[in-house]
Amino acid sequence: MRILARSAAVTLAAATTIALTGACSPPEKESEASSSGAATATSAADLGGMDALVAAAKKEGALNVIALPPDWANYGEIIKAFGAKYGITVNSAQPDGSSQDEINAANQLKGQDTAPDVFDLGGAVASANTAMFAPYKVATFDEIPAGLKDANGAWVNDYGGYMSIGYDSAKVPAPATVDDLLKPEYKGKVALNGDPTQAGAAFGGVQMVAVAKGGTPEDIKPGVDFFGALKKAGNFLPVDPTPATIESGQTPVVFDWDYLNAAQSKKLTTWKVVVPNGAVLGSYYVQAISKDAPHPAAARLWQEFLYSDEGQNLWLKGGARPVRADAMQKAGTIDAGAFAALPKVEGTPVIPTEAQSTKAKEYLTANWAKAIG
Amino acid sequence: MAGRSRPRAGALLGTVPFFAFVTIFLVIPTLTVVIGAFTGDGGRGFTLENVRALTDEYILAAFGRSITLSAASAIVGAVLGALLAYALVTAKPDGLLRRVVTAAAGVLAQFGGVTLAFAFLATIGLSGFVTLWLQEHGLDPYANGVWLFELPGLTLVYTYFQIPLMVIVFLPALDGIRPQWREATASLGGNTWHYWTRVAGPLLAPAFLGSALLLFANAFSAYATAAALVSQGSPIVPLQIRGALTSEVVLGQANLGKAMALGMVVVVAVVMTLYSLLQKRTAKWLG
Repeated sequence: MRILARSAAVTLAAATTIALTGACSPPEKESEASSSGAATATSAADLGGMDALVAAAKKEGALNVIALPPDWANYGEIIKAFGAKYGITVNSAQPDGSSQDEINAANQLKGQDTAPDVFDLGGAVASANTAMFAPYKVATFDEIPAGLKDANGAWVNDYGGYMSIGYDSAKVPAPATVDDLLKPEYKGKVALNGDPTQAGAAFGGVQMVAVAKGGTPEDIKPGVDFFGALKKAGNFLPVDPTPATIESGQTPVVFDWDYLNAAQSKKLTTWKVVVPNGAVLGSYYVQAISKDAPHPAAARLWQEFLYSDEGQNLWLKGGARPVRADAMQKAGTIDAGAFAALPKVEGTPVIPTEAQSTKAKEYLTANWAKAIG
Repeated sequence: MAGRSRPRAGALLGTVPFFAFVTIFLVIPTLTVVIGAFTGDGGRGFTLENVRALTDEYILAAFGRSITLSAASAIVGAVLGALLAYALVTAKPDGLLRRVVTAAAGVLAQFGGVTLAFAFLATIGLSGFVTLWLQEHGLDPYANGVWLFELPGLTLVYTYFQIPLMVIVFLPALDGIRPQWREATASLGGNTWHYWTRVAGPLLAPAFLGSALLLFANAFSAYATAAALVSQGSPIVPLQIRGALTSEVVLGQANLGKAMALGMVVVVAVVMTLYSLLQKRTAKWLG
């Protein structure tokens, strides 16, 4: 999800460990749960109902999650709530990892009890790796809109948001349009959340600017050109924003998903979030269970928890738009206060398709370094 | 092998740990890179596509910037490091100054990665104390863009570990210079200029160039410092490789990353071959 600096060893070793793990990974552990059928269960009913699933998960006693920053869509609280509710230890690895890191970890740790149980992935990585997912339908599966899930439950969209501009109102004036950011008041102050050739959020930022400047999610040349102009004006800040850089004022303007920007307002009260008119770009993340989950029952219980009213409202509390929002609104189970607090959006949301993004990426790979070099 | 007895098997046993180590940490990774560079996405079939992709404009540009950065920091590091080393040679051979500086150089030459990047961020970063102090006095080092996170900044930070490395590798050559040569030059009527241009200079040149090449390879293969400092645009090859292996946006590039790594191996192999040739020459004079 987030790309931060990692030690040299990790990235360069990534290539080599694949070669090595084949030779020296420990023997596969037959966990008790898999013998009870959790690994092949496609719904709680397969195991004999929710109580049986809870019992099997408690027996496993642990859940491995990966690349979930505590301040991302309220994951810190979600992990705590899940652990407290079921008495299961949640091991959260590499909180700042990217979606690809999750897949790499699953491949490299295959068969070990430290391998990730569940994934939270960007759309591109998810659609490239569907073979690694175990199909599972949560109790609330029917309430999820058809376009936002795999028919068999191999993957399900979990939460989403719109690309936004977060800014520190104590340091810079409020930008109304993306063009405002070219003004001298923003010199050395405008950052993307990561490198768009590597991080989904930053890529969304470039797509959003492209839409704002008359392009499409597919034709992102206007977006790349805009950041080139931003760089020339001396306004582009090539720093990867983190909660720390935002709080200390090093990154006063940040392109990021609205739920991530909204989360910063809690720490920095002058931090405001705006979704520019006519440039509403939406995107959902994807939830999936690893086929090789060392804790298959806990992995399935985690999904049940995330898609329950409680889990959905916890995401909402973090500023993310949960996938069951419409159904919960109708049922009156949604956290109305949190729902009303989401950033206001005017205009028709554009949700890029996989094909559009693929075209955009080809252009980006060839031209991004040039534009801001 | 006529006339020589072959070493007994027992004697070879002692080398087993060494060869095991080299196999695991050098041979296997190198083979992984070479095989991967010629393998299609998904681990199937032989392809030249990854190596052909190395000629893509953005990858060539990254190689160009990597070489520029390494050369710049190697030249600056070599010149300043050589001057510092020469100053040390003139000090007492086992005096306190020399011992302290060589010990410090030994530590600082290995001072890279996240720690070094953070040290620079804390001093001359956007909220670094030197930056803030300068801004209070009406000087803004970042008036024309945030250069610390781009190539100029990387050159500065790399130079920081290049200078001490130069001191370490160049000192032995300077120690090999004998005072008698200077006296001989003087007694034959030569002045200081003659001594440096006709005697010491030619003698030290191979060692100096060899050290500079070592510095080049050191900068060329450095990754962690740049990764911690630069998060936009992946200007240099190691960062492009990072992107190819971990990107969540552009997928299926792992083997392109290996092809880029192979390109780096080729560059370093050329540099190290030149280095060893120069080392031979140095050893002849100063051995």
